[in-house]
Amino acid sequence: MGIRDDRPDIRLPAVRFRISGDRALIAVYGDEVDPAVNERVRRMAALIEASRHPAIEAVVPAYCTLAVHYDPGLINPAALGELLRDLEAHAIKAAVQPQATVEIPVCYGGEFGPDLATVATCNRLASDEVIRLHSQTVYRIYAIGFAPGFCYLGGLDPRIHTPRLATPRSRVPAGSVGIAGGQTGIYPLASPGGWQLIGRTPLALFDCGRTPPVPYRPGDALCFRPISADTFFRLAGESDR
Amino acid sequence: MNPALRILSPGLSLTVQDLGRFGARHLGVPPSGALDDYAHRVANWLVGNAAACATLEMTVSGPRIECLTEADIAVTGADMGLWLNGSSRRRWASLRVKPGDVLELGLAENGCRGYLALAGGIAVPEVMGSRSTCLGGGLGGLEGRGLASGDLLPAGPGQLLDAPRCLPWAPIYPQHHLLRAIAGPHDLLFSFSGGLDRFFGTTFSASPRSNRMGLRLSGPAVERNADASTGIVSEPVVPGNVQIPGDGQPILLLREQTIGGYACIATVLSADLWRVGQVKPGDTVRFVRVSLEAGQQLAAQWRGFLAATERLLAAG
Repeated sequence: MGIRDDRPDIRLPAVRFRISGDRALIAVYGDEVDPAVNERVRRMAALIEASRHPAIEAVVPAYCTLAVHYDPGLINPAALGELLRDLEAHAIKAAVQPQATVEIPVCYGGEFGPDLATVATCNRLASDEVIRLHSQTVYRIYAIGFAPGFCYLGGLDPRIHTPRLATPRSRVPAGSVGIAGGQTGIYPLASPGGWQLIGRTPLALFDCGRTPPVPYRPGDALCFRPISADTFFRLAGESDR
Repeated sequence: MNPALRILSPGLSLTVQDLGRFGARHLGVPPSGALDDYAHRVANWLVGNAAACATLEMTVSGPRIECLTEADIAVTGADMGLWLNGSSRRRWASLRVKPGDVLELGLAENGCRGYLALAGGIAVPEVMGSRSTCLGGGLGGLEGRGLASGDLLPAGPGQLLDAPRCLPWAPIYPQHHLLRAIAGPHDLLFSFSGGLDRFFGTTFSASPRSNRMGLRLSGPAVERNADASTGIVSEPVVPGNVQIPGDGQPILLLREQTIGGYACIATVLSADLWRVGQVKPGDTVRFVRVSLEAGQQLAAQWRGFLAATERLLAAG
């Protein structure tokens, strides 16, 4: 195992806990959407998993909290809280992987992004400018949820915030990239949806036959790379095989 | 693998479920699984299966199914009746079927969800460690969807029972449900408004808009503190969390969601979640507050009861 770092960071606010039923504890590291808090959540999720504690059944991180599912026959919530504090205070550095950056190729506009013009008009920008602003940001995956593989991304440029569609579409194709208010995201699976669609990725983001089934983890960085329609179809063909 | 069952008609909603999919909640993959895991387990034990084998979950109205092999089956859960080639048969008991036999179930007279177990289990492919159908993600079960007329289902390896089995008692599901719950995780957002006390004192009714995602309840609005906003920064949710959205009408989250953006006033005990699976639209529900310590003791007792039931049925 790695070198123990015994210097607790006194600048960090103390973790708080919430009870979520008889088998889960919510550890609260902050109350706001904040990259530093989310990074602490990412580190803690990695440390808890690496501890392989027999009483811990699963760890599910979100924006500024994480859920620890535990076996109440093996540990009580007070002892679990102490364990989490201890894991953080004596963090094993090697247990935490550096944040990965995942690049998602996107063909913007045309049939893949039918609302690109709406987003441009709404913000008084040229379509190319919308693409530039959307693809130059490095986003943070604050959490994965809502649907299998759906990532909650933070960091959308305020110049391209756009309200949702007045009437949601009954079917949005898998891989569609959209904007809803101040959020951007990718539909991993075909579903109904009300986001403004500006492009689509040819990658299969969620594939339950693949290990891991999604190409990113909570806390990773994600960026979009503009591609042509030709590249889209070529990559889509490779993704099918 | 040779098919063991052919669906002739699926009823209202027929899915393959087991005890759930637990390895990928951090990637947004919900647990899914039988909503009344007690009836699901007993159905499996009655035919000699492990509790983790997949069964068919039937909702409100039952299916018609043709048997294609000789096997033992058992039907438990909501009372939808059970007919074998037109003659009535006992539920909560094993039943030997032969090729060409037709099983039929009707409308639920008592409870909401029934379970049909087959010796060897329903052997659809395992997806991420489970055969449960996740309708929202389109995965598990048969092609990730509800079953339809004409579908063929394979059985896993199983043996015929030496002697028939039956559960000596059969649960009768109430129309008024008492669910024991622990306050939190966001009970403090409702404590000054009186919302928390009112929540535990109110009889709610189950809405027809309920589904496998959540049991929607209606009643007097549960009020949050004056300074509490409607939404929260999205947090992980667990089955049994009771969300209070802006309109104050509670939603009891079941097994198809991993993260939620509404405050949760209370959480139903893991030992009472099976009861939630039998709440049907129009039924009434009241939450009974228990402490965390009492809830964990009750949960341990319930696991002991399940183990005793398994031993009893295995002994024949």
